Amino acid sequence: MKQALVQRLGFGLLFICITSTLFFLGLIIYFIFTRGISVISWVFLTQAPRNAMTAGGVAPVIAGTLYLTLGSMLFAVPLGLACAIYLCEYSPKGAIVNIIRMSINNLAGVPSVVFGLFGLAVFVKFFGFGVSILSGSLTLGILALPLIISASQEALLSVPQSIREASLSLGATKWETIKNIVLPTALPGILTGVILSIGRVAGETAPILFTAAAFYLRGYPKSVFSEVMALPYHIYALMTEGAHPDKQKAIAYGCSLILLFLVLFISGIAIFLRQRQRSYHG
Amino acid sequence: MPRTHLKEKLYKWIFTLLSFSSLIFLIGIVIVLFREGIPIFKEAGFLKFIFGRNWYPTYRPPEFGILPLILASLWVTAGAVIVCIPLGVGSALYLNEIAGYRQKQFLKPVIELLASIPSVVFGFFGMVIVTPFLQKVFNLPTGMTALNASLILGLMATPTVCSISEDALSYVPNAFREASFAVGANRWQTLTQVVIPAAGSGISTAIILGMSRAIGETMTVLMVAGGAAVIPHSFLEPVRPMTAAIAAEMGEAPMGGSHYHALFAIALVLFLITFVFNIAAEIISRRFRIKLGLSG
Amino acid sequence: MDNKIKMRAQKVNFFYGKVQALKDINLAVHANCVTAMIGPSGCGKSTFIRLFNRMNELLPHTLLKGKVFLDDLDINSPLVDAVDIRRRVGMVFQKPNPFPKSIFENISYGLKVNGVREKDYIAGKVEESLKKAALWDEVKERLGESALRLSGGQQQRLCIARCLAVENEVILFDEPCASLDPISTAKIEELIMELKKSYSIVIVTHNMQQAARVSECTGFFLLGELVEFGKTQDIFTAPKDKRTEAYITGRFG
Repeated sequence: MKQALVQRLGFGLLFICITSTLFFLGLIIYFIFTRGISVISWVFLTQAPRNAMTAGGVAPVIAGTLYLTLGSMLFAVPLGLACAIYLCEYSPKGAIVNIIRMSINNLAGVPSVVFGLFGLAVFVKFFGFGVSILSGSLTLGILALPLIISASQEALLSVPQSIREASLSLGATKWETIKNIVLPTALPGILTGVILSIGRVAGETAPILFTAAAFYLRGYPKSVFSEVMALPYHIYALMTEGAHPDKQKAIAYGCSLILLFLVLFISGIAIFLRQRQRSYHG
Repeated sequence: MPRTHLKEKLYKWIFTLLSFSSLIFLIGIVIVLFREGIPIFKEAGFLKFIFGRNWYPTYRPPEFGILPLILASLWVTAGAVIVCIPLGVGSALYLNEIAGYRQKQFLKPVIELLASIPSVVFGFFGMVIVTPFLQKVFNLPTGMTALNASLILGLMATPTVCSISEDALSYVPNAFREASFAVGANRWQTLTQVVIPAAGSGISTAIILGMSRAIGETMTVLMVAGGAAVIPHSFLEPVRPMTAAIAAEMGEAPMGGSHYHALFAIALVLFLITFVFNIAAEIISRRFRIKLGLSG
Repeated sequence: MDNKIKMRAQKVNFFYGKVQALKDINLAVHANCVTAMIGPSGCGKSTFIRLFNRMNELLPHTLLKGKVFLDDLDINSPLVDAVDIRRRVGMVFQKPNPFPKSIFENISYGLKVNGVREKDYIAGKVEESLKKAALWDEVKERLGESALRLSGGQQQRLCIARCLAVENEVILFDEPCASLDPISTAKIEELIMELKKSYSIVIVTHNMQQAARVSECTGFFLLGELVEFGKTQDIFTAPKDKRTEAYITGRFG
């Protein structure tokens, strides 16, 4: 049977495709894990760098990533949620909504380095925030905005229309309905989306290159107007700057492992939660 | 007026206003890129800027021709597409058509998880593992080449392409498959002659979005492409894509100088290219949804 | 039909976009009566009762011509807030739609959005409403549990209790038994008979026996028109219109 043979070959080919995908991506995780794990120690996780980045730990770097991520979410979550609420709950269908939708889609496709330049021109220069946690957080926040909006929209749309009607029929106003019924029901979905965006933002480098990141600072940032070290930029800088490439490479392995673990852990939680979320009538 | 009216109106207005934020940021980005990029067109000439073959921004006198950078971006992206189509689309076909329910329940989230690996980690991997490997295999002066960037970028785009393609495949109604089986086609014939054509534009959307992501990707190409601003002739030479030029040079370009404006102009070109990609993807995906009778 | 008129539709025309869903409807609902609307699917009966608490204005591209009165109040007048109308005219929907909250919170929700704060009063009202809806004995031990864990019939009675707690004057039932088993249906019909002592009730149903069992007045809708309206007894025994007769004898729909 010729046809049967073709089918076997074709299926075999597809099997090779997926195994190579998993193999190569697994390879990255494997290398970073096996070579990075020896660098990780209590000192590495809890102390500041010493001797021109060749010794000590990376605690302020991890903290910097947390600050930037937290800052970006403080900015993007309320804004993105408000935007999703308007699109799902208030907007009459029409030209304005189409324009808003289109701009969200296009914002999502803007290359991350372009966000970096925008942040540099607007937050660093125009508003005069300088290279700082504030500028970096705002820049990352804009990058995260479309992610938050579409995740929130999806969550709001999954709230059945019937319970909105039930609430309104009891004499609740639109805002009372949104606040008491729609948002609590959509909350798990919104949270999942926010967690996924956190995973994405924590690993972004290009937007903070010119807006927030510094290679070597003594200790922790003092205020939102301070420059900051951050894991993704730190990995890059360790590999391209400094005077001791070999010692720095070991630290870069450690940083990569921490970043990879952090991002996979955060995204893993979100994906796991989403798999488990039950629908209203489930 | 009833007591609740004012409060309700207020909330509606707040949400309406905030919902314009995305539009404002998008317009803001366009304005910034034009404002900061235009001066270089005046200084160097638009055509000379786009088609100039020499990028020597810090020489005296400087030369601002970004053709090598544009070609490098396209070159690397083309290479990435060659890597990520078989891997990404192939994996999606496997997941949708061959994998059993439990296998799929497990693999889909795993692929999605892999999509979240940060680009700087890919870049780092390319630098410390792939670079020496390529150098040895091809006996090159440096392993940081267009090939390296293409491999890493392609691998990086694979999970995204796979996820979006898989979604497109799952939209193909089962009735199509059943109709094909009913006339005696086997699974492979059904897949290649019914399912893939039906999902074709959905898969194209996935590939275009993957390309858009690859061409705008910064850290990986900055770390592994080698950085030579010359017109690429082979995959085994170092190149400097647009994003890498911006990221590497912005730090040292004096603010407000020609070099600074030139980098913004590169970003403008990059923005326009990805804009076209995204619009194309949106149009194709809208047609796809209409074709399969899903809501536009 | 000696009771006073509670709600009244006057020359009502209703459009979804360009499609006319209701044509020139005139109808009066009397206090402390059950008024049933029957007719085949898509005849406009559900659309019609949703006009009584202004639910249709939530749908895009709709247009209402004509007037609807609650007592003597024109409910669509620009001076009237839809929210106030919905506080007086409650609704029970086709599919049970409890909030994904606890049983207690489901019932107390309507009170809270209407500004009631006293805890004792709310607790008393919750109990009273659940008792009226004949659900109290089944749920009194587990008021804190999620309402989504109740059975379909229990959920529907919960939705009725939720509606009762707000102390409205009219209750609209939009095919309340469409997704329920016969035993649950019987319970809800019993409940409706009990409720009409203190409320005006409008029920949409495609089940003619149900209309015959529970209602005093019946309106027959066909293709957006109110073909016939009168005492239930008359409609079912001596219909004036040929089309009504055809429908109730099962020749179409």
